[in-house]
Amino acid sequence: MALPPQRASSGAGEDTFAKLLRRHALLRGSRPAFRHKDLGVWRSWSWGEVYAQTRALAQGLATLGLSHGDRIAIVGANKPRLYWSMTAGQMLGAVPLPVYADAVADEMAYVLGHAEVSLIVAQDQEQVDKILSIAGRLPNLTRILYDEARGLADYRDARLGSLDAAIEAGQTALSDPVVAAALDATIDAGKGADPSVILYTSGTTGRSKGVVLSGERCIAAARDTVAFDRLTDRDEALAYLPLAWVGDHYLNYAQGFVAGFCMACPESADTAPDDLREIGPTFHFAPPRVFEALLTRVMIRMEDAGALKRAMFRHFLGVAKQWGEKIGNREPVPLLARAHYALGEALVYGPLKNVLGFSNIRVAYTAGEAIGADLFAFYRSLGLNLKQLYGQTEAFLYVTAQADGAVRSDAVGPPAPHVELRIAEDGEVQFKSPGMFLGYYREPEKTAEALTADGFVKTGDAGYIEPDGQLKIVDRANDVGKLASGQLFAPKYIENKLKFFPNIKEAVAIGQGRDHVVAMLNIELASVGNWAERNNVSYGSYQELAGHPLVYAMIEAHVDEVNRALAGDPVMAGAQIKRFLILPKELEADDGELTRTQKVRRSFIAERYSSLVAGLHDGSAMASVSTEITYEDGRKGVLNGSARIVEMTLHPAPSPRRERAA
Amino acid sequence: MSGARPGEIFLSVEGVSLSFGGVKAIRDVSFDIAKGEIRAIIGPNGAGKTSMLNVINGFYHPQRGRIAFRGQTRHAMKPHEAAAHGIARTFQNVALFKGMSTLDNIMAGRTLRMRRGLFWQALRHGPALSEEIEHRRFCEGIVDFLEIEAIRKTPVGSLPYGLQKRVELGRALAMEPDLLLLDEPMAGMNLEEKEDMCRFILDVNHQFGATIALIEHDMGVVMDLADRVVVMEYGRKIADGTPDAVKRDQTVIDAYLGVAH
Amino acid sequence: MSLLYQLFVDPFVQMAGAPDLLVQTIWEGFVGGVLYALIALGFVLIFKASGVFNFAQGIMMVFAALTLVGLHEKGVPAYLALIATIGVMYVLALGVERLVLRPLVNQPDIILFMATFGLTYFLIGLGELVFGGNPKTMITGELYLPSGSLDLKMLGGTVSLQKIDIAAAIIALAMVAGLGLFFQKTRIGRALRAVADDHQAALSVGISLNQIWVVVWFAAGIVALATGIFWGARSDVSFALQIVALKALPVLILGGLTSIPGAIVGGLIIGIGEKLGEFYWGPIFGGGIDSWLAYFIALAFLLFRPQGLFGERIIERI
Repeated sequence: MALPPQRASSGAGEDTFAKLLRRHALLRGSRPAFRHKDLGVWRSWSWGEVYAQTRALAQGLATLGLSHGDRIAIVGANKPRLYWSMTAGQMLGAVPLPVYADAVADEMAYVLGHAEVSLIVAQDQEQVDKILSIAGRLPNLTRILYDEARGLADYRDARLGSLDAAIEAGQTALSDPVVAAALDATIDAGKGADPSVILYTSGTTGRSKGVVLSGERCIAAARDTVAFDRLTDRDEALAYLPLAWVGDHYLNYAQGFVAGFCMACPESADTAPDDLREIGPTFHFAPPRVFEALLTRVMIRMEDAGALKRAMFRHFLGVAKQWGEKIGNREPVPLLARAHYALGEALVYGPLKNVLGFSNIRVAYTAGEAIGADLFAFYRSLGLNLKQLYGQTEAFLYVTAQADGAVRSDAVGPPAPHVELRIAEDGEVQFKSPGMFLGYYREPEKTAEALTADGFVKTGDAGYIEPDGQLKIVDRANDVGKLASGQLFAPKYIENKLKFFPNIKEAVAIGQGRDHVVAMLNIELASVGNWAERNNVSYGSYQELAGHPLVYAMIEAHVDEVNRALAGDPVMAGAQIKRFLILPKELEADDGELTRTQKVRRSFIAERYSSLVAGLHDGSAMASVSTEITYEDGRKGVLNGSARIVEMTLHPAPSPRRERAA
Repeated sequence: MSGARPGEIFLSVEGVSLSFGGVKAIRDVSFDIAKGEIRAIIGPNGAGKTSMLNVINGFYHPQRGRIAFRGQTRHAMKPHEAAAHGIARTFQNVALFKGMSTLDNIMAGRTLRMRRGLFWQALRHGPALSEEIEHRRFCEGIVDFLEIEAIRKTPVGSLPYGLQKRVELGRALAMEPDLLLLDEPMAGMNLEEKEDMCRFILDVNHQFGATIALIEHDMGVVMDLADRVVVMEYGRKIADGTPDAVKRDQTVIDAYLGVAH
Repeated sequence: MSLLYQLFVDPFVQMAGAPDLLVQTIWEGFVGGVLYALIALGFVLIFKASGVFNFAQGIMMVFAALTLVGLHEKGVPAYLALIATIGVMYVLALGVERLVLRPLVNQPDIILFMATFGLTYFLIGLGELVFGGNPKTMITGELYLPSGSLDLKMLGGTVSLQKIDIAAAIIALAMVAGLGLFFQKTRIGRALRAVADDHQAALSVGISLNQIWVVVWFAAGIVALATGIFWGARSDVSFALQIVALKALPVLILGGLTSIPGAIVGGLIIGIGEKLGEFYWGPIFGGGIDSWLAYFIALAFLLFRPQGLFGERIIERI
């Protein structure tokens, strides 16, 4: 594999996470490293305590047979001991492999089997049950260690053991100085160039691939961004995004281990918003849809508030809209306006940020999909330093990142520190970065496919660089296509415009090689439901609400607005949405319609809902569909639904020159 | 489905008859509940199932027959005495303290276990405080078990029905009961919620060793959960046995007119 | 025109003109308000826990005062008489629970309300029988309650505070605070809130309704005794005193029937409002407006908040 030579890692010379942990235990042993809310109470562990526990676990794992190069899978939600299991594995030179906790058994079986995992650390009974159900397909599996013992007392599988027992055994063993010295030697012997973690990326097409990342590269990249955002050991972050997602491993684990800041784990997925408020982190990441959902919730709550509060809210939001971003970007602003804004901060923005848990945030990032300009402006105007970044698992996240003060909603930033970025002739974005991957696990051909001859990674995204140096992503390179007329068709571009409306949760645009663009939409239950309540529209189910004529009328207005916007852009004018329908069922990752990171799988959806697509294209007034749906435990059912198809009047494109894409 | 446990008879109902004025709600019904088993009471509407639970619980006193609890006959036991003897109950219409939060409702279940007298409580210091902490810890354990952390502080009156039923189960569990009487615990729940509830009930039976009597309409649930089943119709017992046996019993099939949920 | 002036300007001018008088009026209104609050508290306690509007609360107050004074007349030393009266109120609570509430436990609320009517006349009869029908004087001196007044020179004049009023205010506030803490913090207090919320649930959790009812009626009895002592000190101890209980009605309307803080705030509003109204607006109407002013204030509030200032919002999920 022709990979570029690596930058020497700067600074103190720790090139594995195990060594970093040891260093923190030495330098800041009493500072908090991890927090977790358990039984209603926040518990903290210091770096010293974490180091001791992780060492003991590492020794315990070694006794169970884990050694250099073995793959140790971690299955569960964000809990301190699961993170420590990763580090414990890394101490021995084994490679942790976090798996999505909500993965369906099949997905898990593929990943664990493909990686030939020998030891799995599972969070609780639910995960253990899932693993046992697929254990037949995992010939290399020798051990399953569980974190939470509840419900597992009667299980008789010989492979099962508890993390508690492993840690205890390790502790006892380590009381022997010879054993302890041996473990230290193993940690010292760890090489930064060795694989440090494997992250399977959920593919929008095809099966997942295991991205292999090395310790020294992870740490080098993390050091750069820690410096870029000036993170220190006084910072704190809420680790609530999936362990298997590169963002969590980078933003929380890697940056945390480099800077020495504290990682807080929420009590449960449902309580994450409350836990966020209680922790008040200084660094935060959330995908655009989370910010959108938060805004929707705030707006809904505001509608229920008293008249005085509503008026105050509206007034000061206006003030924020006018001056907030300017103040944030340190532009000159009249003194009176500043005072007005300060009043707003005391009365509205401050309390609002407090309720959302944003009071202490110095840096917040969002990435993964396009974010609406209004949404972005809303948060920035409140004084939240929200920025965009763009990246991939193959880059170990960061390819581009926006700097404080140079933030735009419609671009994703200049290249991150030490990243080389270029646009290929066909418009594809390519990069070389300090954190880039070693390759796909056991897939040398796919690795070669993903790289250019001179060692740049092909992102698969199409984009271009704006005059101010910021990258603008248009769409997935493969998805950018043409209509039958030759008109440029970038489905994601259109879908994003639709999704900017709070009432539209998801959109799928179809038109490759066709005469017109058609769209299938999902309504956002929270905001449409709330609207229904206010307008005395009654409904008994999602399906009923999705089919309601008044809802259709509302959505039609949104689609029309998008068409109008498209009509104004010469490149896109011919790609307006001719017909649309509202899907009777929400698109879900469990049904394979979305990836685990909530991106639409267009071809899969087009196939599954082919009857609807056909109806959209042949001009029917209604179309029906009968699809298989999957329940959380893997059982299947059937959903029958039909949807009305609405025909839109297209807007005329702006006159004279219309550029046709080649 | 848990295996039938041979064990002592925990509760026995002997020849119980109950009428309200002219209405005969229960006619000469006898059955027993073994320690540690899950006993389902099923039957068409109006069969007298809730009345049966009310008799066991002490809300109604039968005109005839006797109830023996752990071998000892009880005479006209009041509901709060039943609670003191280790019988906890949930209701069809959810009896929760609507104005209080989820956590407070579950803490209310600890009432009987709070020992410290009025004086110490008023001072809220020393032994009373540590006792309160212990109770809180126990209740948080129940919150964790039932996965309701997110609604800890929500006033129960504003929760959806399915969650209210779960909180009610939590309140019953807080009493650390020996016998748990559940009146239609799955009513009004969707499939996922029913599965969760089944899981909780099984866990309660396996891990805490609670004997459970439940009224249920969903035959699937009954087949999954129950060790033995009592079938009632028009106040009489028409079948008594394992779920399999009962499902095949012709009288039962007739009673339901072939309708199985 | 001049009527408008009289209604909306003149009173305030008068207030500003003689601020010491204003303070005096407000003080007297405050004392009255605190005592109203205490009476209202008795109603709230019983209603909260057993859902019964206790018509007999007023007569309980008279009965308690009568017992105290009557025992003293018969030669019992003052504080012993006080303790004995407390004992009597406990016995009364037991009696009410056993003879009135228990037999009627599942009856509609109106029946229970009627029962409290019966209780009223029973207590009147019993009181007359045992202690005679003549008005009596409250034994404030023997109870070591201060007498005389405290004269403060302020704001250009004198404000005269009756010491017994000061004592009343302090003791009443202490009782209210104590009761409030009791309900929020103790096990029995929690049990009481539980019983007030849902009888069925309370029973299932092992709370004995009967025990709770005895506690509540006893607490209401203590409150009645305190109120009886202080009202009795202002006028005589006679059966006419039960009229004062009627003054609790506007307080309950304002504060809600289920809220202890509501009873306090409501009492203060009515007390102060009534006194101010009587003094500054009374002359416009030819005096004597205190008999209806309290109701007027309460009705005005009812228009905007039917559940009172503090009453529980009914949380229901449709």
